[in-house]
Amino acid sequence: MLVINSEIAQTIRDFGARDYPNETCGAMLGVDGGDGREVRALFPLTNRRDDSPRNRFSITADDFRAAEREAKQQGLELIGWYHSHPDHPARPSEYDREHAWPWYSYVIVSVAAGKPTDMTSWQLSDDRAAFQPEDIAWAVPPGAIK
Amino acid sequence: MAVKLEIPTALRQFAGKQATVEFNAATVGDALKQLTGTYADLRRHLYTDDGRIRSFVNIYLNDEDIRYLQKEQTPTKDGDTISIVPSIAGGARI
Repeated sequence: MLVINSEIAQTIRDFGARDYPNETCGAMLGVDGGDGREVRALFPLTNRRDDSPRNRFSITADDFRAAEREAKQQGLELIGWYHSHPDHPARPSEYDREHAWPWYSYVIVSVAAGKPTDMTSWQLSDDRAAFQPEDIAWAVPPGAIK
Repeated sequence: MAVKLEIPTALRQFAGKQATVEFNAATVGDALKQLTGTYADLRRHLYTDDGRIRSFVNIYLNDEDIRYLQKEQTPTKDGDTISIVPSIAGGARI
């Protein structure tokens, strides 16, 4: 179970629309409680795939380290990654699976003709054979309930 | 020579939940071989089926990417730290 509040979810959608027709990407920082995890902040990153940014994204080892440092500074953990699928469903591709790491949550937002639509989350199985869907619990942002 | 291996969060579940492990190893490849020999479930995440380090797995000896050293044959010395640092990739099927 991945908890995302509506403000953070909207920000991911906005990044997907902003970067359309290219893929957007970034890190999700939060807390991992074993049974579930919650996204508390985003750390947007530059898609380093200059050669094919419309259907690929890449986050370098240096960017990974920067995301880890940011998480540590905020007292959070690096719990996953978001990216967009321009004009493609919010389902992991075979390319996503081949390049995935276990444990992380992979959030995908579909962006159809520039408009963000579905958002899903996935985790790689321990044997690398498949991505498993991860339930998303939509929450309200902190302070939204007075 | 005792070298320290840093395991990324994503792989700790396959390494007894440890953040670091130590081995006596003469090269980076030797240390990695001992790591995957001790924790066999790590192997599929670090290596392809034909035994090459996966493209999105970055191995650093201290602060140097071993691709710019002697790759897996890079010699180690006592007190060195080997880090496994992920890069992240993916994208829509087209």
